[in-house]
Amino acid sequence: MASIDIRDIHKSYGKIEVLHGVDLTIRDGEFIVLVGPSGCGKSTLLRMIAGLEEVTGGDILIAEKRVNDLAPKDRDIAMVFQSYALYPHMSVAQNMSYSLRLRKTPRERVASAVSAAASKLGLDPFLERRPKALSGGQRQRVAMGRAIVRQPKAFLFDEPLSNLDARLREQMRAEIKKLHGELGATSIYVTHDQIEAMTLADRIVAMHGGVVQQVGSPLDLYDRPANLFVAGFIGSPGMNFIEARYQPGEGSPAARLADGTLVALPHAYALEPDTPVTLGIRPEHVVIGGEGREAAVELIEPTGFGTILHLALHGLPFKVFTTDRKVLNAGNAATISFPPQHLHLFDQEGARVGAV
Amino acid sequence: MRARPLILTLAHRLAILAYILFALFPLFWLLKVSLTPNDLLYSEGVRMWPSRTSFDHFRFVIAHSDFPLFFRNSLIVAGSTALVVTAVASLSGYALSRFAFRAKYWIVALMLLTQMFPLVMLVAPIFRLLSPLGLTNSLTGLVIVYSAFNVPFATFLMQSFFDGIPKDLEEAAKIDGATQFMAFRQIILPLTLPGIAATVGFVFTAAWSELLFALMLISGNEAATFPVGLLSFVSKFSVDFGQMMAAGVLALIPACIFFFLIQRYLVQGLTAGAVKG
Ligand SMILES: Nc1ncnc2c1ncn2[C@@H]1O[C@H](COP(=O)(O)OP(=O)(O)OP(=O)(O)O)[C@@H](O)[C@H]1O
Ligand SMILES: [Mg+2]
Repeated sequence: MASIDIRDIHKSYGKIEVLHGVDLTIRDGEFIVLVGPSGCGKSTLLRMIAGLEEVTGGDILIAEKRVNDLAPKDRDIAMVFQSYALYPHMSVAQNMSYSLRLRKTPRERVASAVSAAASKLGLDPFLERRPKALSGGQRQRVAMGRAIVRQPKAFLFDEPLSNLDARLREQMRAEIKKLHGELGATSIYVTHDQIEAMTLADRIVAMHGGVVQQVGSPLDLYDRPANLFVAGFIGSPGMNFIEARYQPGEGSPAARLADGTLVALPHAYALEPDTPVTLGIRPEHVVIGGEGREAAVELIEPTGFGTILHLALHGLPFKVFTTDRKVLNAGNAATISFPPQHLHLFDQEGARVGAV
Repeated sequence: MRARPLILTLAHRLAILAYILFALFPLFWLLKVSLTPNDLLYSEGVRMWPSRTSFDHFRFVIAHSDFPLFFRNSLIVAGSTALVVTAVASLSGYALSRFAFRAKYWIVALMLLTQMFPLVMLVAPIFRLLSPLGLTNSLTGLVIVYSAFNVPFATFLMQSFFDGIPKDLEEAAKIDGATQFMAFRQIILPLTLPGIAATVGFVFTAAWSELLFALMLISGNEAATFPVGLLSFVSKFSVDFGQMMAAGVLALIPACIFFFLIQRYLVQGLTAGAVKG
């Protein structure tokens, strides 16, 4: 187990720079989840930590030792690939023990490590099978088993669950969380999946365009997104954004929408009067019914647990999520209002604006 | 699958049958002539099977001709060539498939270039090159020439097999603690066995039946390979068809054994189950 330090990491492929200076300190035993849209450089960063990609600039430290020029085999990390990358000509047991055999571990130690990992993952009945005789979920487990048989300094996961169906994914997610609880190993986990990120992470690293946008606990990112990108990326359905202008008022700060109406803000902000801002509110925080503004109902999506209303507010799309089933009969129009404590304010550059 | 109309199935099978008959008929004729005693060869006219068969030709070829020598020479030359070429081509094919290096483009271009010449053009220069080195009239010389001519194609062949193996596998091996070469030898190579078998088979047969260089570079029986040896059954005044065909039948045997041994790898899809299908 070890800490991982990433210092001002740059990565270029030829002339194209895909990582523009990433800084990140991962504590011993921490579970870090990297999220971000496709192509933002998550895999690239992970592969650089693993030693599979060369570092163009900056330093990577594992257990306080600079590893930039170390081959993957000397970094003592384990990785679970999206494709699982099981060795097809080896049995499950051989797949799991390969790393130990390479290290010339005594035979009895190998056998006990493999059987311990196998029973932890429920793989005992399959040890002699080849990977091609396993289901997707079982293969995924073998890939996990291969990572946990030796106790590496850190685990790297690159979208390990994305090839599984929804139910299996849910189950494996819980198992990974349990495993991490038992092993307490430093882990870096790349995913597209919001729920995976929120449920697994000690801290989430949100990336966009090769730049880290925000690092924080899952609830940090949900409650206090640092910028428009994180605000829109975390949460499903995504946050609503409305263009407005800041009005300090006389003790009652507000935002003036395009149609001239005012939205009350929870407190004053350090902004000039009339500064253009973006208001953000999550669909689940919008209140339906009672006093408020009118919006046309365009589509009603019941999800069972709740309902997603697609509205048109002042002609712009706007989403509301509620568990109140009355909205199923909303008809053509609904009244909505924005509780001030749930409003987020972003400036023109998209950065979160804090209270005065 | 829907049942196809009977007539289509029938036509399909008949077409295959016709093709097989066409392809195998020369072999059958080879066997037939080799078993026909000399006195019946010209007297019986064209028949599908002689009225009497004998192994006389085989006996003569094995016991009284230089054929066993030719056979041994061919085995040495084709076997060594296949080994050398496959070893070199699997390494170079792997390099082309996996590494980016500076002269890669030009190396590939040069290798393609070597495949563009009709070999006849090269006979004289190669003779000039080899004779001061004492490599004419020697099996080593033949192995060198055959290897040189087969390596480019075999490299491309092997490259395509390596391309078909997911990169994740060797990356996983490297993370598990293998060096690049160990990952190649323990993970990639076993998965490329079908490709290696195909390459070995291809090179072996090419070297086994090569005539042009063998004829030009070798004089005398000592180092003659069997295609050259076959010509020794053609004398000034007659062609001893019976013995020649018997020698031909014998020459088929190693190729048959060979393909029998490797066919298991040729048909096997070893990579199944490596990555999510
Ligand atoms: N070998 C390469 N050569 C050139 N560009 C590359 C190479 N590998 C990746 N890239 C580029 O680097 C960027 C980051 O890729 P990366 O695979 O890290 O994205 P990602 O965040 O993992 O995306 P995804 O979520 O789709 O897996 C992409 O724009 C990609 O096109
Ligand atoms: Mg990726």
